[in-house]
Amino acid sequence: MGRGVYLTQDIAAQVMGAIPRYSHRGFTGMGGRSMRLALIADIHGNQEGFAAVLADVAARGCDRIALLGDYVGYGPDPEWCCDKVMALAAAGAICLQGNHDQAVMGGVRDFSTNARVAMEWTRPRLRADQSAFLAGLPLMAQLGEVVLVHASAEAPAEWIYVTNDSRATGALRSCKARVVFCGHVHVPALYAADLSGVVREQRAKMGVPVPLIRSRRWLAVIGSAGQPRDRDPAAGYAIYDDVTAELTFRRVPYDCGKTALKVRAAGLPEALALRLLSGD
Amino acid sequence: MRRPAEGMEIDGFTLGARLHQGGFASIWGVTHALHGGDMVMKVPTILDGYDGPTIVGFEVEQMIMPRLTGPHVPRVVAVGGFDDMPYIVMEAVGGGSLLERMRGPMSLSEVVETAARLAAAVHALHVSHVAHLDLKPANVLQRATGEMVLIDFGLARHDDLPDLLDEEFTIPMGTFPYIAPEQYLRQRDDLRSDLFALAAMIYEMATGKMPFGQPETLKGVRRRLWRDPVPPRALRPEVPEWLQEVILRGLEVDPARRYQTAAQMMFDLSHPAQVVLTDRAMKLQADGAMAVFARWRKMRKVTSFATPVSHGAQMERAPILLVAVDLSPEGDALAPRLLLWVKRLLTLQPDSRVACVNIIKTAVLGIDVTTDDAGENLHVARLVGLRAWGRGLELPEAQLTFTILEGSDPGAAIIDHAVQVRADHILMGARGHSTTRRYLGSVSSQVVAQAPCSVTVIRNPGVEGNS
Repeated sequence: MGRGVYLTQDIAAQVMGAIPRYSHRGFTGMGGRSMRLALIADIHGNQEGFAAVLADVAARGCDRIALLGDYVGYGPDPEWCCDKVMALAAAGAICLQGNHDQAVMGGVRDFSTNARVAMEWTRPRLRADQSAFLAGLPLMAQLGEVVLVHASAEAPAEWIYVTNDSRATGALRSCKARVVFCGHVHVPALYAADLSGVVREQRAKMGVPVPLIRSRRWLAVIGSAGQPRDRDPAAGYAIYDDVTAELTFRRVPYDCGKTALKVRAAGLPEALALRLLSGD
Repeated sequence: MRRPAEGMEIDGFTLGARLHQGGFASIWGVTHALHGGDMVMKVPTILDGYDGPTIVGFEVEQMIMPRLTGPHVPRVVAVGGFDDMPYIVMEAVGGGSLLERMRGPMSLSEVVETAARLAAAVHALHVSHVAHLDLKPANVLQRATGEMVLIDFGLARHDDLPDLLDEEFTIPMGTFPYIAPEQYLRQRDDLRSDLFALAAMIYEMATGKMPFGQPETLKGVRRRLWRDPVPPRALRPEVPEWLQEVILRGLEVDPARRYQTAAQMMFDLSHPAQVVLTDRAMKLQADGAMAVFARWRKMRKVTSFATPVSHGAQMERAPILLVAVDLSPEGDALAPRLLLWVKRLLTLQPDSRVACVNIIKTAVLGIDVTTDDAGENLHVARLVGLRAWGRGLELPEAQLTFTILEGSDPGAAIIDHAVQVRADHILMGARGHSTTRRYLGSVSSQVVAQAPCSVTVIRNPGVEGNS
């Protein structure tokens, strides 16, 4: 990894301000102020999707935002998205680096053709301060019992896709955090490790709070705000309530037709426009 | 991990006496400085090492119980994690369990009342998208106010939450005498499994015997896929035919042949006269060897039954429609339109149960004349009229009921009946405007404002200047 890995709570606390801690023991479900964390991943230069998610976050009253990386690449509005992320970071949002953010400084290892073409299109559009901001972001952050990372917590800089039980097992074994939130896959998913350490994927229904019960360790892959790939074109994100330990996957419909037209107008690969319309 | 003991303190709770020791958990009386009322703490009995089934069952309970509300479940006060000592603190429900009550013989009226209350509790649970999947007399308590309270959600399944038990275990889970055939086939996604267990309990209350005995092996459980129980009337001749019909319909092997919702079962339990009797009601002995052999040949290869997509879809597929029909001359113009709309709803939801009602308005004070001048009972006249209207629906008798309500306030009578039958939807006509209605208010607007469910008001398209 070699750089910028925020793992201790002290450093995270310096970056993000004092983190309130709550005891879950004897939890009654009432009283007690909760901290609602909005988890947003894989924005990919999609202004309309990102803006729709932020509007929903504001409407649902979240206390803090965590951005799990990949703000640019694929989409037609990397400048706007970058500025928005920088403003949110200045206002206290947790901000991590994704593989596309790393690639703005060069080196497009393991990129598909479309991703590479889009990255080459993106690079000259970003101002120097934007590129420097993206390049300087940390790969991981810890917030109490929660670890945040773009790809797998096992090796954040290897950009491993957490797509099955065994990958989730690796990610959960590599850290002690009770809850791990990541992105990178663009398909929301939930995994739980039971007391004996066996990891299995769990059913999670859109929009329904799932209690991440304390006897288990959990890993949630947050869906993509800017390029969903689970056959639902609506922008994805999630909300985590740290008192009730409930995670809610959410979908926000947005004008994906407008974004697709922008992709075409920019001369980016047609597949990237079609993908926004179908969500796969 | 600590073990519970009298006098122990945890998260502010002080453990009192142990009230019950079961196979998988113990129940303790507890007190807390900040929580009033009688409370009990349930602590799982975890064996040394990794005791999978107990742990996962308790996790499921900790996940589902705090999300349930209402009089049919105990209110959860607090839950504790596995790092120190896992527990759930909940309100203490006063009365004893149904198991204790079933030790002595029960009169038939007691059986019917208890069964209807049980069905109400199960319906309330199903409305919150939870299947209990381990209903048995020991898991049913009764409040002093009469409501049945369901406990022990260790095998329950919430339709919207992860099912921790689904892939964890490969053997069927449940209590052998009450487990539904599809649960034996390891299907955990059907609300109708609870209706099977419910019918098994009613059978036991009515006859003192379990419908499938007490099998001790899975092979013994499997027999219920083809072996039918001895009809209740063979064991206790005074069991009415309608009650046997309700019980045996609940015990059908294929979930599709049972009641589709607990509300529909409850409806029959509270309207005995309207239960449609089939061969089930008349049976006086279990099927003969040939019939059982034929079923065995058919069932031995069955590995699953068709299940609905989700609990929610299952509840919505078989709603109870309450149709208030106006049989007065004023209602004539609207009657065909009301019929048309009920038919339209039935094409969308063919499994609906249609409860037709007509209201006899009685005087607020004074003596009611329920027999008209011609000496013909008004009740009967209305019932005949209502049935004649209902024939137009072309619905099998089993899906139709006709009830004449009486009350000085027709709107309130309709609303009360909707609450009682757990109606999902009320359809009624709105008569035109008139001066009296303008000052006194209309029945339909009262029902719309106060009904516990959706209400559709049917009007004839207004002629201009007349609406």
